[in-house]
Amino acid sequence: MSPEQEYVLRTVEERGVRLIRLWFTDVLGQLKSVAISPAELETVFDEGVQFDGTAIDGFSRVHEADVLARPDATTFELLPWAKADEPSGRMFCNIENLDGSAFEGDPRQILQRNLRAARDRGYTFFAAPEAEFFYFESADGLPKPIDNASYFDLTTADVSSDLRKSTIHTLEAMGIPVEYSFHEDSPSQHEIDLRYTEALAMADNIMTLRLVVKKIAMDRGVHATFMPKPLNGVQGSGMHTHLSLFQGEVNAFHDPDNPTGLSELGRQFTAGVLKHAREITAVTNQLVNSYKRLAESSEAPPFVAWARHNRSAMIRVPVRKQGKPESARIEYRSIDGAVNPYLAYSLILAAGLRGIDEGYELPPETSTNLFDLSDSERREAGVEPLPRSLSEALDVMEASKLARDTLGEHVFEWFLRNKRAEWSEYQSRVTAFELERYLGSW
Amino acid sequence: MDPLLVFPTAPPELAQVLDLGGWTWKSVPDLDTARTEQPADGWVGAVVVAGDETEEAFRLCRSIRSGDIHVGSVLLLIGGGHLASLDFREDLFDDFCLNPFHPVELEARLKHLFRRSGQVARAEVIEYGPLGMNLETYQAVIDGKPLDLTYMEYELLKFLASHPGKVFTRETLLSRVWGYDYYGGARTVDVHVRRLRSKLGEEHAGLIQTVRSVGYSFGTSRWV
Repeated sequence: MSPEQEYVLRTVEERGVRLIRLWFTDVLGQLKSVAISPAELETVFDEGVQFDGTAIDGFSRVHEADVLARPDATTFELLPWAKADEPSGRMFCNIENLDGSAFEGDPRQILQRNLRAARDRGYTFFAAPEAEFFYFESADGLPKPIDNASYFDLTTADVSSDLRKSTIHTLEAMGIPVEYSFHEDSPSQHEIDLRYTEALAMADNIMTLRLVVKKIAMDRGVHATFMPKPLNGVQGSGMHTHLSLFQGEVNAFHDPDNPTGLSELGRQFTAGVLKHAREITAVTNQLVNSYKRLAESSEAPPFVAWARHNRSAMIRVPVRKQGKPESARIEYRSIDGAVNPYLAYSLILAAGLRGIDEGYELPPETSTNLFDLSDSERREAGVEPLPRSLSEALDVMEASKLARDTLGEHVFEWFLRNKRAEWSEYQSRVTAFELERYLGSW
Repeated sequence: MDPLLVFPTAPPELAQVLDLGGWTWKSVPDLDTARTEQPADGWVGAVVVAGDETEEAFRLCRSIRSGDIHVGSVLLLIGGGHLASLDFREDLFDDFCLNPFHPVELEARLKHLFRRSGQVARAEVIEYGPLGMNLETYQAVIDGKPLDLTYMEYELLKFLASHPGKVFTRETLLSRVWGYDYYGGARTVDVHVRRLRSKLGEEHAGLIQTVRSVGYSFGTSRWV
């Protein structure tokens, strides 16, 4: 038994914890949970919990349906919302096959595997997301923002900022530091920016964040959603993500002498991300709906390009204050919040590392607003668009060796199959747009 | 509190176990220093590290046994290749531990040996302003309310709070709290300090101070 496991056992005993939730994530990025009692904990640390994975998306296989959940003791946190007389805690799990090998459908271990590849080269991968989401009256019917009645309607505006405050309080109590939070441009839209941390912890944090945002809203009878584009005519919700590599204490992206502010390694990483961006978009933007956000928002730039000041590029290189070398980073702006963060971080990292390994050259910076150019002008400038639909994104992904190698055969195949089915179901549906446009006139 | 004597110096792994265990200790490079630096009522105990020159270590042990140096109990750390040298010297030490050691085993032996000797050098509780930490139960409270920490957050806070007012570099914290082999670099320390502050809450986040371009310290002049 490791000191971390003993610490958890001790805490469970001292705090009278009644229930321990073992969390893990399916291939689509949905949080799953198995609850155990404190009496079982010691055995579970030794042996794991066996369960039938067939009901879980991306877990099912033809044979050997049973898998093991093994809790990661370093992730133990008490759940702040549990009743005082019934404390409960949670731990994230790795999923293993019964023989103890890593289960190939476990996104958390896919990220761990890719982080190990970075570590073998001496890099630590840090991420800091800006998560946007909406509060609506309910999940049923057309989405109704809770604070768009008017600017003077203090009562409802208060509800939404109270919700955000209480969400932040809960996150901080769970050891998830919040950098900023504010009301976004659209009605009832909010943003919570998490302080950077190492990518595995951040992927765990995003899973926790989504649950906490939804849970706290639900307790007040409000529905919170990370759906990328829930309302027509207003900006959707994204999850701009700031990324950097460190070598020990040194930010490997930093170079004050280069006009971009990025080191050669940073420029190669960025070049890798850009070159493979189209191949990994099906994962960073995995819903049919994701592409509605990319279609019409300046905050969701659908062009494979980079810039310092120009927000129409999918990668922004923030210009830094003097004397802050450790904050050198790039901002990945196309990704949205309805993502599996383990898989998305795996792919972004793999694309960046490929750029470093192959010594990719960073294309010239984009200085014009890409939205103002026509398709042919953009083509001339060498700027490709991101895939315009889930279907196109899946086509590009299917041909990508990088995506296949990074995710592993099992998840790669399953993801494509599942998402193709989602697309074909969408294709066969008659939409509101079609009814409005065609029913009367034809 | 009387310190433990550590002979001749504490390698980082040993220093880490001692610090994390809340022991006060002092490196003593030779016999003379052991004598001259001797506290009025003697050393609580000694951790004697027998390197390749085991004879030096046994010489110290003999001085202890002869009453030349006053020491409660003696724990000998010795490499597996030198085990044979223990023959007929069993009277020179109270317990021994194979070196390299397993931290958990060493911690258990330290507790067992020096607790039994009746002179407890270990701080059971750290109290500092609004913060309380019980080192036996791993529990922490702030303003009387439980503070729920992960293992590493707890170890980091324990280390900082055991040395109030002292400034530590990130490297020192990393090596003492995480151990040298920990991967992730000094940024890990920043990340954990930020996590700790967020759990301490706005009101008490200032207990851990950032010392610009140096590292971190615990406590403020109000208490120091």
